[in-house]
Amino acid sequence: MLSLLVCVPFAGALLISSSASRLRVQPAWLAGLTVMLGLALLLTQGLPVYGGEVLLERREWMATIGLSLAFRLDGLGLLFAQLILGIGLLVVLYARYYLSTAEGGPRFYAYLLLFMGAMLGLVLSENLLQMLMFWELTSLTSFLLIGFRRRDAAARQGARLALMITGAGGLALLAAVILMGQVVGSYELSMVLQSGQTIENHRLYPVIMTLFLLGVATKSAQFPFHFWLPHAMSAPTPVSAYLHSATMVKAGIFLLGRFFPVLAGTDLWFYSVSSMGLVTLLLGAYFALFQHDIKGLLAYSTISHLGLITLLFGLGTPLGEIAAIFHILNHAVFKASLFMAAGIIDHETGSRDMRRINGLFRFMPYTALLAMVAAAAMAGVPLLNGFLSKEMFFSETLGLRWLSEAEWHWLFPWAATLAGVFAVAYSLRFIHDVFFNGEPRDLARTPHEPPRWMKFPVEVLVVLCLAVGTLPNITVRPLLEVAATAVLQQPLPEFSLSIWHGFTTPFIMSLVALSGGVLLYSGRQWLFAAQDRFPLRLSGKTIVERLINRLFDLGHWIDAALDNRSLRRYSLFLLVSALAMGVVAFWGQPLAGSGARTASDPGTLLGGLLLGSGALATALMHRNRLVAVLMLGLVGLMTSLLFARFSAPDLALTQLLVEIVTVILLLLAMFYLPQATPDESGWSRGSRDAALGVLAGAGVATLCYAMLTSSADSISAFHLAESKPGGGGTNVVNVILVDFRAFDTLGEITVLGIAAVGILAMLTGLVLRGPQQDWLSRPWFSDPHPLILVTVSRLLLPIALLVATFLFLRGHNEPGGGFIAGLVTGVALILQYIAEGSRATHARLPWNHLGLIGAGILIVLFTGVVSWLFGYPLLTSTYSYVSLPLIGTFELASAMLFDLGVYLAVVGTVLLILAGIGRLSLQENST
Amino acid sequence: MEILVSILIGVMTASAVYLLLRARIFPVVLGLSLLGYAVNILLFASGRLQLDSAPLVEHGLAQLPDPLPQALVLTAIVIGFGMTAFLVVLALRALHELGDDHMDGGDRP
Amino acid sequence: MNHLVVLPVLIPLLAGALLLLTARAGKTVERSIGLLATTAMLVTALALLSQVSAGELMVYYSGNWPAPYGIVLVADRLSALMLSLAALLALASLLYAISGEDRLGPRFHVLFQMQLLGINGAFLTGDLFNLFVFFEILLIASYALQLHGGGRARVRAALHIVVLNLLGSAIFLVAVGAIYAATGTLNLADLAAKVTTAGPGQTGLLRAGGLLLLVVFALKAALVPLGFWLPPAYASANAAAAALFAIMTKVGVYAILRVHGLVFGPDAGATASLLSPWLLPIGLLTVLVATLGVLASRDLRRLLAHLVVLSAGTLILTLGLNSEAATSAALYYALNSTLVGGGLFLLADLIARERGEAQTRLDCEQAVARPALLGTLFFLGAIGVAGLPPLAGFAAKLYILQSAYLHTAASWVFSAILLSGLLVIIALSRAGSALFWRTGDTDGLLRTPAGLLPAAATTLLLSGTAALMLGGGTVTAFTQATAAQLADRTAYIDAVMSNQAVVPSPQRKGGY
Repeated sequence: MLSLLVCVPFAGALLISSSASRLRVQPAWLAGLTVMLGLALLLTQGLPVYGGEVLLERREWMATIGLSLAFRLDGLGLLFAQLILGIGLLVVLYARYYLSTAEGGPRFYAYLLLFMGAMLGLVLSENLLQMLMFWELTSLTSFLLIGFRRRDAAARQGARLALMITGAGGLALLAAVILMGQVVGSYELSMVLQSGQTIENHRLYPVIMTLFLLGVATKSAQFPFHFWLPHAMSAPTPVSAYLHSATMVKAGIFLLGRFFPVLAGTDLWFYSVSSMGLVTLLLGAYFALFQHDIKGLLAYSTISHLGLITLLFGLGTPLGEIAAIFHILNHAVFKASLFMAAGIIDHETGSRDMRRINGLFRFMPYTALLAMVAAAAMAGVPLLNGFLSKEMFFSETLGLRWLSEAEWHWLFPWAATLAGVFAVAYSLRFIHDVFFNGEPRDLARTPHEPPRWMKFPVEVLVVLCLAVGTLPNITVRPLLEVAATAVLQQPLPEFSLSIWHGFTTPFIMSLVALSGGVLLYSGRQWLFAAQDRFPLRLSGKTIVERLINRLFDLGHWIDAALDNRSLRRYSLFLLVSALAMGVVAFWGQPLAGSGARTASDPGTLLGGLLLGSGALATALMHRNRLVAVLMLGLVGLMTSLLFARFSAPDLALTQLLVEIVTVILLLLAMFYLPQATPDESGWSRGSRDAALGVLAGAGVATLCYAMLTSSADSISAFHLAESKPGGGGTNVVNVILVDFRAFDTLGEITVLGIAAVGILAMLTGLVLRGPQQDWLSRPWFSDPHPLILVTVSRLLLPIALLVATFLFLRGHNEPGGGFIAGLVTGVALILQYIAEGSRATHARLPWNHLGLIGAGILIVLFTGVVSWLFGYPLLTSTYSYVSLPLIGTFELASAMLFDLGVYLAVVGTVLLILAGIGRLSLQENST
Repeated sequence: MEILVSILIGVMTASAVYLLLRARIFPVVLGLSLLGYAVNILLFASGRLQLDSAPLVEHGLAQLPDPLPQALVLTAIVIGFGMTAFLVVLALRALHELGDDHMDGGDRP
Repeated sequence: MNHLVVLPVLIPLLAGALLLLTARAGKTVERSIGLLATTAMLVTALALLSQVSAGELMVYYSGNWPAPYGIVLVADRLSALMLSLAALLALASLLYAISGEDRLGPRFHVLFQMQLLGINGAFLTGDLFNLFVFFEILLIASYALQLHGGGRARVRAALHIVVLNLLGSAIFLVAVGAIYAATGTLNLADLAAKVTTAGPGQTGLLRAGGLLLLVVFALKAALVPLGFWLPPAYASANAAAAALFAIMTKVGVYAILRVHGLVFGPDAGATASLLSPWLLPIGLLTVLVATLGVLASRDLRRLLAHLVVLSAGTLILTLGLNSEAATSAALYYALNSTLVGGGLFLLADLIARERGEAQTRLDCEQAVARPALLGTLFFLGAIGVAGLPPLAGFAAKLYILQSAYLHTAASWVFSAILLSGLLVIIALSRAGSALFWRTGDTDGLLRTPAGLLPAAATTLLLSGTAALMLGGGTVTAFTQATAAQLADRTAYIDAVMSNQAVVPSPQRKGGY
């Protein structure tokens, strides 16, 4: 049932946001009904709690991280839930009349209900992680509420400030809770509440405390994090009345109560919490007096009262804790009514500046009366609720004498009285400045009493102030007792709530506060003057905003410093990382293995010399591009010879053909690209790159040597053995490609296919203008299709195709195979293109290259999948022997069909790429 | 031989790295192809060096080079070719879109 | 022989080939083929997920050759999980793309399928060189997708990633060579078995291979200092591609988890836990730099790109804690960050479409046509990516911190995760308020809303993170089991090397 109770507001929000516009019913009414439903549920559920029961309800959720869906209704939860729902109901009613129809749309009430649900979940959580969820949700939803008037820059900033501060606190709290949970070994509150000793004796206790207090202080606007609260006043007044009296800012206080048995009772707790409370109490009271904006005054007084409550919790005494809870209740009641009253005044006069709105008593005597009673309660005037809790507070500060180790205990009574003085003064100002003190100045409109129902919530609350103030034992004692027991987790000490305890010190302190307050207020002109002479330049807001802006600047700065958007930087990082890793890897490791060495011979040395110098030349002459390409070609050629020398004929062939195609490609590209490379890297950069190159070269050379000399037997013995019997081919490399590792080849031709597709995509709509002459300003050869070339290529084509077929068929046993054959065919056809121009060639070979590639891949896939029919996995091969004239007997392996696919894909790709680039010039001619 | 091959690969890599760090597309393309050769030989070398033979089993299994690295290199060559072709055309596209053949072309900082 | 394992590779390949043949068939055919294939992929992935959830490793011996001689595909919990994630992301991206983006250039659908082919293959293969091949497939496809639609920014970014990744591929090959020279094998399971007995002569090569692989994978995962290519690329790519790319960095992380986790594990002889000194610091640095990048972004797309890097850094950071709990947490985090990241990229494009020439710049006032819808989606996405409740990012954050609790570097991890979280919240609240609140009086001129399908695709992804939260119990239980399975290397090795699934064949020696 508890989970249902928590769900009610969320459901209401959903209903309103989804359907309110269509139901044509006031969203306010939907919201009101929702809250009433929740309240009814709570009151019916809550009854047993008064009997001292604790309602628990638990469902597993994420056991791995200890997050469960668990709710708990005890005294403390009950108190807060009643505040949240009760005052929530009044706020909804109030907002219904306060907000214009434009503002009071579904959005507002949906946000309000979301926030309400979050608060309810927070105070009713049994599982700590779930509690954290709701805690963060209150921050998020209050962000939406504070920033509700999105057009108003102040509202946006206020909202973001609040989110920033409370969000930070939330993260601190998150850390605290996780540490707590890990220390205790459970995230269920019932468990944690019993583990006070474990935590307080744990080495992490100070860390936990600090993080926990950060969470509390930020949320409950304790010094030095109080400054977000006044800026949150740019929210619509109903929001302020709700968030900053009863709910949002009380969340931190709630935690103090919730974890009182776990964390309280140590010196650390006493000193940190009580001093934080004390400073906040005085600071808030002091600044409240000097606000000219009514809501500002109320905001600072809220800060001050929160400080008071924190201080009471900090004292760590049972009675102090009772007083704290009592004051939570009282403050919620009178502060809500005051905010509403302020809202009414704002609503009626169009201003909140106490220097302009004076003497309103004449215009709205009834509202004035209500406001004055509430303000009196805030000041702690006898017969009102504020008086009772304040007197308890005073007596607690005195009772501190037992705490002998606190040598500054005398400080508390004096500070308390001083704060009381200021409280009286600002309450007095609220009453006198607004309702008396002369005439209103240049108001937008002449004020008058608000509509009946707008006053109603205020009336209810004020009546509560009176009822509690006069008959505390009947009205609040039961609730107070269960709440206090829930916090203390032990039977309560005796305490009395009577109005008159005789002429005790606390009563005298109250009197001093009252009279002192009156004096202080009467001397206010002098005070304000003094205040104006020493204005406080630095507000917390400006500090934080500067901090954040610095942070953003830092972000820009470092981002720019690290990342200059230049590829050379990126490549440098990559190369250096790789080099560094290589060095780290070999650090302290032997560089050379024990493998056999092979003797060198002059021929190979010569070839090596050519290869090396070719590579160097490519680098050194790279600025003259034609030369560089030729040098690269030389390197490629020598590489293929090297492969041949070291018994890799297939590699040699492939390398040679790829080399040819690549060079054609580069030459085609050069036709459009600038003919020479400008020298853009100065001497220093050049030498740096050269140095890096040398290092990388040395590294790779070392690695290569280690590889060549390492002695490890390889799995390829199997391939050699199985090639003929299993794969049906004697050319093991080819068998590996089309059988053992056919899966790689499948991927390989797919890469070709994708490259082709991508290239086609890049070529579409690409128009480039080639130069009319080369870089020595010689005109390009005029005759596009020289006769000799045409005839030669015509002759060449069939021969090339024959060679290709030959290579293809023998590929399985001798050097050759689909890929090589494909390249031969491709090159031959390209020759046609060059000789006769692509239009003519296209007319004679009218295939769609992409289709060719697709067909190739499909054939490969087909051969692969066929093996399924015979119950074998993908790409399982088989073969048998056939004989043809001319070529002789050879075996026909399924692998050859596979190879055919490869062949087609390769031909398609080569043609598509080269012909595609070649055709660019045609587009140019035609344009 | 081992030393010779190692040095060759070293030289090729060094030249390639130098080219890779140039500002224009064309030298970078050259550098990448050069690096491609070097790496292919390196990968090939992972099967050690073997003279005067071929991975063909009709003459029996004696003294055959390790065929697996050869197959890998073959695949690598093909893929490398596809990549190079793509890069070259991309270079042309960049020339068209960015107006020059600088690696960080166009409105670069 | 269970062919289910190979389907995630076959389906996109077949679809791609068909799309190549149906060149002139028109958009409707292309789109239906693409959608059909992607849906089939999702179904297959989920079927695979349910099959492996019991803990069985499904090994597929391509060509019916026994391990380690042929190429094997291995489906375990991790692979199935990543496959499902990829398929879901792909489906949403494709739905978004067919709302018009696939018209920006030719052959979008071929490339999209091929991209998936590469991703799925990388998740399935159990062979080092085959992993290289699939990397190349997904890379070349990603180049083309990155370029889809053309324009200066895309071309420049593509130029950079192509060159960098070609360099990366070269390093990959060097690493493969070193490892092969040291062990004479390529099959990951066989490697894992062989490294334990590697002699002193091999150690250097093995370490070199492993560390160079780390460089390659770090480049894919965009970790510091190799991640600077990512923001311009992702920020300029078209929405569907960018959303799909959200999983690409995860492919890099996956590779680290798979290869290094399996081959260079704690029991790998002289190269035992090769990465343990590296991951944590790299992760911390990446988180730091990415967070600063998030703060520095003046454009929503760029901000999101930095968030992608941030998530990769967080993943590596968590994996660096090397404990089973941490791995499980990292996986759960990866699921969430991938879905949200993808969703946000789609959303950013929606915003750009509705804001017109203002695009996603944060420094100019321009309202969108549907502030309520897009605003809510953005709020949810921001919550999800910043790790706030009630979405899965929050649970992931809790999980990571819990797993870090006992580690010696716990304070570092806590600070990094929490502070970067806070700064992300600040940056996103700025962005959101700039996009949806500080809209001046431009509400008056309403642009045309970008239609329902794209919004639906976006919602699909963002609701994914809500599902992750609701079903958190099941999901985390699964990730936990996954982590346990990853820790049990011998089981993997035995499953692959047992060659049980190899079908006896008459032609072949030794009964194969």
